[in-house]
Amino acid sequence: MRAGNLILLAAILGAVAASFVYLGIDLGALVAGDSLAQMGKYASGFLQPDFSAAHLQAIGRGALETLAMSAIGTLLAALLGLALALPAAGRFGGVALHLTRLLLNALRAIPELVWAALMVLAAGLGPNAGTLALALHTAGVLGRLFAEALENTPREPADAIRESGGGRMLAFCYGTLPGVWPQLVAYTLYRWENNIRMASVLGFVGAGGLGQMLYVSLSLFQEAQAATVILAMLLLVLAVDALSGWARQRWVS
Amino acid sequence: MLTTAPRDPAALPRLLITVLALLLLWPGLSLSELDLAVLVDGDNTRAMGNFLAGFWPPAHDGEFLALLGRATLETLAIATAGMSLALLIAVPAALLASRALSLSAVHRGGRPAWWANLARWPVRGLLIFLRSVPEIVWALLFVRAVGLGPTAGVLAIAITYAGMLGKVYAEIFESVDARPTRALLGAGSSRLSAFAYGVLPNAAGEMLSYTVYRWECAIRASVVMGFVGAGGLGQQIDLSLRMFAGGEVASMLLTFLLLVLLADQFSRLLRARLT
Repeated sequence: MRAGNLILLAAILGAVAASFVYLGIDLGALVAGDSLAQMGKYASGFLQPDFSAAHLQAIGRGALETLAMSAIGTLLAALLGLALALPAAGRFGGVALHLTRLLLNALRAIPELVWAALMVLAAGLGPNAGTLALALHTAGVLGRLFAEALENTPREPADAIRESGGGRMLAFCYGTLPGVWPQLVAYTLYRWENNIRMASVLGFVGAGGLGQMLYVSLSLFQEAQAATVILAMLLLVLAVDALSGWARQRWVS
Repeated sequence: MLTTAPRDPAALPRLLITVLALLLLWPGLSLSELDLAVLVDGDNTRAMGNFLAGFWPPAHDGEFLALLGRATLETLAIATAGMSLALLIAVPAALLASRALSLSAVHRGGRPAWWANLARWPVRGLLIFLRSVPEIVWALLFVRAVGLGPTAGVLAIAITYAGMLGKVYAEIFESVDARPTRALLGAGSSRLSAFAYGVLPNAAGEMLSYTVYRWECAIRASVVMGFVGAGGLGQQIDLSLRMFAGGEVASMLLTFLLLVLLADQFSRLLRARLT
């Protein structure tokens, strides 16, 4: 056991050293000569954020766009997720179960940013691509969570409605849905919180919102404007965290 | 005998809530410029269809596979190097931010004096700032500062993960049994040896398992960061996407999935062994 641990430790240290060698990172070059001064000059550009009214207005619009992308994306994802969760919970037989699970896994495994890059190709630049990207990835996540919630809910209420002559639709709406509804809402809100963060960076590949503003102003070397956008992103994230923390304490615990 | 209920008593409130939600979301529809019709538009579907048709078969000629291997290794190396730099910042920062080694707390039942808490706030604030800015924003900034390539990715991971690890380590130090540390400090040992013999033996397992989990996250993050030019698999995916090379995108996405799966398994194995 002792020797095994030593070998493991040596292997980890070896892997770290090999990584630095493979990447050829010269940390000395980062701090040597005038490169530190250059970086300092670059960083000092961020210290005077641009608070002009016109820029703030543009940021407000960008923030609203980000919020809208995340909200609509999450809503679409919840609808698509629920539609996929029904077969994935085994309600339409075994073949449908495995097919939809495969689909959900594929949707979920590809990160939002890759979906956004694909959607920019398919639907053009702008927030539409970001909304679709969020919807697709989140549908994979929510579909799986919804399917698990559906599987774990007791069957008796739905069975009772079926046995007293109600249709499948009625049994689902009045037997199953009331039991799982709080869980579905909680999962959706949790993902929305995540998606606000994601929506603010999806713009880097051209999918609208605050991210696109940051990317453009950095490309034009407008550090002052970029600093304001970063501040706005931070505020958005902190506000969402505070709000969801408060809501969780108020309603969930 | 069961009779059908004439109507659903909860229908009206539900309808009202739905209408309210729709009213709130309506401006969002125009702001997000949602347009599903674009996807089924003639030209777009044809272009996308051609692109997707290129996905099969995934590119697998020798030269491309060599490139793929290099990019995958680069992604792994970025995650590993970034994590080791993050640890260099996180451990001292956690020691400074944690209340576990407070001298003033020894004689006050574990509660540090107010000035001692105040002195910890600058480090805590720094850690909050480091982890609040998303890693991909750091990557974008570093790409502008140090140029395209893996260095920007390593620095971005180091900065963001230092913020996360520092905070979690500080919390782990505070959550373990405080009595050994307090006994050591009370008997006059230095704070560093109190840490090494009082806190670390109890905290090491949890720290290791969290670090390995974060390394797994760093691999995923380093793929995504490539999209802004920070090296690795992501940068290659971005390049192939721009060239509409469907086969290359397909095999790189498959490699990415495989990498995530393997990292998941490996970290599970490592955690089982280390803790």
